[in-house]
Amino acid sequence: MAMVVMPEAPFPAWLDALDRQIGRSVGFFEGRPVVVNLSLLADSEDDAPAVLKSLEARDLRIIGVEGIDMERLRETPWYGVNLAPPGREGRGDRAIEIPERTEPAPPEPPPAASPRPSLLIDRPVRSGQSIVFEDGDITVVGPVASGAELIAGGSIHVYGTLRGRAVAGLASGQGARIFCSRLAAELLAIDGLYRTADHWGTGLQGRAVQVWLHDKELRLAALG
Amino acid sequence: MAKVLVVTSGKGGVGKTTSSAALGAALAQTGQNVVVVDFDVGLRNLDLIMGAERRVVFDLVNVVQGDAKLAQALIRDKRVDTLSLLPASQTRDKDALTPEGVERVIDELREKFDWIICDSPAGIERGATLAMRHADMAIVVTNPEVSSVRDSDRIIGLLDSKTVKAESGETIEKHLLLTRYDPGRAARGEMLKVDDILEILAIPLIGIIPDSEDVLRASNVGCPVTLHDPSCAPARAYNDSARRLLGETIEIVTPSEKKTLMSRLFGRKVA
Repeated sequence: MAMVVMPEAPFPAWLDALDRQIGRSVGFFEGRPVVVNLSLLADSEDDAPAVLKSLEARDLRIIGVEGIDMERLRETPWYGVNLAPPGREGRGDRAIEIPERTEPAPPEPPPAASPRPSLLIDRPVRSGQSIVFEDGDITVVGPVASGAELIAGGSIHVYGTLRGRAVAGLASGQGARIFCSRLAAELLAIDGLYRTADHWGTGLQGRAVQVWLHDKELRLAALG
Repeated sequence: MAKVLVVTSGKGGVGKTTSSAALGAALAQTGQNVVVVDFDVGLRNLDLIMGAERRVVFDLVNVVQGDAKLAQALIRDKRVDTLSLLPASQTRDKDALTPEGVERVIDELREKFDWIICDSPAGIERGATLAMRHADMAIVVTNPEVSSVRDSDRIIGLLDSKTVKAESGETIEKHLLLTRYDPGRAARGEMLKVDDILEILAIPLIGIIPDSEDVLRASNVGCPVTLHDPSCAPARAYNDSARRLLGETIEIVTPSEKKTLMSRLFGRKVA
């Protein structure tokens, strides 16, 4: 079923209202055939071809134009395209309410003070402790013991010896990295991809290291 | 003001009970009123190490459950009269201890003594958590090997989270006591180095007790090593640790291998 759009005079004000409506209900006209009825503009000074152009510019799929003297459409592709006789009886001419978008508008982004939250731990993380911070990065100033684990939504930074497990990128995915000033970790993981200490051997043991994902492969390299 | 000191380790067999007895005796010899409380309900040993096993009538569980008065259960040491023992029950298990009962006993002990030394059982379960629950400070007993160090680290984490002090936002004072330190094996690189252990555990060192037959000999006769032979190396190390607990500043010396004539001749100690 095609929708009938009836621009009113004054046209610029009507167009503004249409723009606001489209803004509130994104995609309402998407894929819907539209018939433009210009009968309410018939007596106005508005230039019919310009009216149709501004509607097309808003991605309305116009399939026909009615309610206007064909002569006024001479410069448009619609000249001579005959629709069903105007004033069809019945249901076709019902006015359609464009629904307001029901879901609430997206919440205002939090103030720019902390765009990426992070958790700072300035004491040793002990064996058996599990630090889980899904909202962002974890920074530890101190050692992370064997048998302890850090689980971060973002990256992990350890200013000390990392002996336990570090699992990064729970939320941020493959962009997350792990940094430590001394590597002695038992397990490292980014975005679900994990490796145990066996995998990277002893070459990097005890060195400052960063860990990242490259082509779904966990990479380790000495820092500095 | 009374101080509650827990001697703990996580791992078993590292020397908690030996250290509790030795430190308790050393503190008592300085004139402090000391009680050593055995929290190892069901596997009590402290009475043996202190030579009081034939004098136990009532125990910690009886007092906790209100079946006996504290004064009835306390055993005064025959050698040092400022030293007392509160033994554990051997026939019960750790579930016989209740948090409220333990709190009441500790509060009562605080009124009578300067030092309350809680000898913790191994593990991280009820017995160990109740032993550390009301502590003001802790001695973490660690052997220079990886499993002991990791277990100690775990216990330090619990001290920082499960004690009354930690829960009220204060920090509990923690000290590392390295026991069974073998200078010979250390020299040959067969043991974790002191610096490495300190780097892992990140708590201050209060003493290094050398591995010695003197400790075994003292245990066998039921006498804290600090009373048995005060001049032997482990006794001196324990005495120094006790004085550091009292606030004295004494330099910590890492035990080194004794240079005997044989070792000088052959370069290394004969096993």
